[in-house]
Amino acid sequence: MVKTERNKTITRPSEIRVKDFDEVSLGFTKELMKAEAERCINCKNAPCTTGCPVGVKIPEFIQCLKNDDLDGAVKIIKLDNNLPSICGRVCPQEKQCEDKCIRKLKLGGSVAIGSLERYVGDYALNDNKPTPKPSKKIAYKVAVIGSGPSGLTCAADCANAGLDVTIFEAFHQAGGVLVYGIPEFRLPKDEIVKKEINKLIELGVKIKYNTVIGKTIKIEELQNEFDAIFIGTGAGLPSFMNIPGENLNGVYSANEFLTRVNLMKAFKQNADTPVFVGKNVAIVGAGNVAMDAARTAKRLGADNVYIVYRRSKEEMPARIEEIEHAIEEGIELKLLTNPTKILGEQFVEGMECVQMELGEPDASGRRRPVEIANSNFVLSVDQVIMSIGTRPNPLLTNEYKALETTKRGTLIVNEESQETVVKNIFAGGDAVTGAATVILAMGAGKNAAKTIIARALSKTI
Amino acid sequence: MNKILKKRQLSENVNEYVVQAPEVAKHARPGQFIILRVDENGERVPFTIADIDNVEGTITILVQTIGMTTYKLSLLKEGDFIHDFVGPLGNPTDLNDYKNIVLVGGGIGSAVIYPQAKYRHQNGLQCDVIVGARTKNLLVYENEFKANSDNLYIVTDDGSYVEKGFVTNKLEALIQQGKNYDCVFAVGPVMMMKAVCDLTKKYGIKTIVSMNSTMVDGTGMCGCCRLTVGGETKYACVDGPEFDGHKIDFMESVNRSKFYRDYECECYKRELEKNGKN
Repeated sequence: MVKTERNKTITRPSEIRVKDFDEVSLGFTKELMKAEAERCINCKNAPCTTGCPVGVKIPEFIQCLKNDDLDGAVKIIKLDNNLPSICGRVCPQEKQCEDKCIRKLKLGGSVAIGSLERYVGDYALNDNKPTPKPSKKIAYKVAVIGSGPSGLTCAADCANAGLDVTIFEAFHQAGGVLVYGIPEFRLPKDEIVKKEINKLIELGVKIKYNTVIGKTIKIEELQNEFDAIFIGTGAGLPSFMNIPGENLNGVYSANEFLTRVNLMKAFKQNADTPVFVGKNVAIVGAGNVAMDAARTAKRLGADNVYIVYRRSKEEMPARIEEIEHAIEEGIELKLLTNPTKILGEQFVEGMECVQMELGEPDASGRRRPVEIANSNFVLSVDQVIMSIGTRPNPLLTNEYKALETTKRGTLIVNEESQETVVKNIFAGGDAVTGAATVILAMGAGKNAAKTIIARALSKTI
Repeated sequence: MNKILKKRQLSENVNEYVVQAPEVAKHARPGQFIILRVDENGERVPFTIADIDNVEGTITILVQTIGMTTYKLSLLKEGDFIHDFVGPLGNPTDLNDYKNIVLVGGGIGSAVIYPQAKYRHQNGLQCDVIVGARTKNLLVYENEFKANSDNLYIVTDDGSYVEKGFVTNKLEALIQQGKNYDCVFAVGPVMMMKAVCDLTKKYGIKTIVSMNSTMVDGTGMCGCCRLTVGGETKYACVDGPEFDGHKIDFMESVNRSKFYRDYECECYKRELEKNGKN
């Protein structure tokens, strides 16, 4: 077998891209896509597919690409994944399908499955073909709460099967974390997210905006009107460190900072919503959300942006690609560093930190960071963005007590069907798992849809 | 899009809007708030619900013109639409455990205590009301309070109407006269609520306040509205907006309320200039 190297996607130079919010990665050209597709050796047991949380038939769709059959590739991917243009961009493929690729170690690197998926997804979004309508309508009403990845997926599958689907969204815009969390430069809103949602609307899905379930409409009212309910309300309350100074002006949660910029468009000159951007900004945490916040701050004009993380680079939870992009854009890593206090009178004037070293492995299997005595120092910053995760949102569970939750407050569901302890109420995504990935949320939405569709069919026969 | 059915100017810079919002009105209770966006570029701003009509399906809000969004609102007329209007959010007021209550409203805060006065009055529960304003023509809802309270006490900072003084002067005088209040519900500017709490702490009277923090989503996702209550971080949107006033770090909240002041002044100025006013 020829050891051809993995083809690289086209990425905009860092010195140009940090000046705008346009997409960083431009994906494959047709030629690169073809060349990369040819690298797939179509191995018999398709380990890549086992690495995909929704089981996309990867060798089959790549085979279509080899045969110049883009429509065939779309069809195959969409059997398992309704949002390929989104997953192709934000899935951690290097930990999933591409991690299992037989070419990974010795044959020039894994096939760039994610980028191929993105190519197919973008083709499907822009092919201007009418969305295929379900062959029959089924009189079975499904309410989907939240229009993030799990809700959109559940809605799409149910609608494709002919069910009558309504999505309830708390915000004035649909997409959930895809619009308020993930920045434009990683996932374009008008070009990608809006188009995916428009496809759903063409499919017959209704979306009710500005509707907070549990407040505007009670769960009991939904139960009266709908046959099944899917809860995809996402993660909630941002966590803080509980250190002094966290409520000073200039301290944000990553959720707030990103929502102001992404959903409320605070990066635009004429936006009404304000956002503060310091000259020297510390992001506390090292996940994908932290990278998003850091790169957003840089684009909004911060001179120095630091990722402050208490462990070492190996333990950073963000995708490697995101970390690399951040470093290229001038983001500085302050590793083995933990904040102890945020300084200032009214606004942030600095952040006291302590140096850490790695000790024995902890419950997560990672080496536990331990403070080095007397290593405190002050990092000169005027803004701090806390990106250390979220806790489940209590809004719905406070209003509707029949749902059972774990000690952490996440919803308890049956793993197979995604059904909660209340019959015909399903849940998935971050509301069940705590903060996780887009693809896991989609997988949950898909599983719930399977059960809902089966119930619809058995009821209406 | 929600239609403005009625608009009424209550004082120099305060307007009352009756907004068509049947879905919000259906479950709305006194003490809750709504979040609106005035137009498609608008920021999300919370307003406490001043009145609810479940039959007509309307929500009433009072808006004091102090910045860009409130200025844009002041330009809207009856029949115009508010772009987004979501609610009811937050927890309703729960004063049912208290027998002898005084509601204290300062300035626009009177809008928040009014539904509570109405609720108690209609349910045959006792309720005194103290309303304070800087000057006579800033006073709102005088007739409404008169019709919905056992005793109404009005004070103005400059003495231009009824009695000169602050709400705290009146409250202390009433306490000293032997009014055995078991609960004070105070809503107004943060410094007024702090002053009330400082006073009632001295007399050991339970005091509940409604915090008007800045918000973005209003559903517990962003943490913008956080404040310190009894040493713990709380979120006004999902934990409040009402809290035990004796436990709040008011100075921190005052500081947080000033976070965007410069930006807001700039935007307000820009908006005024756009409309040919300076």
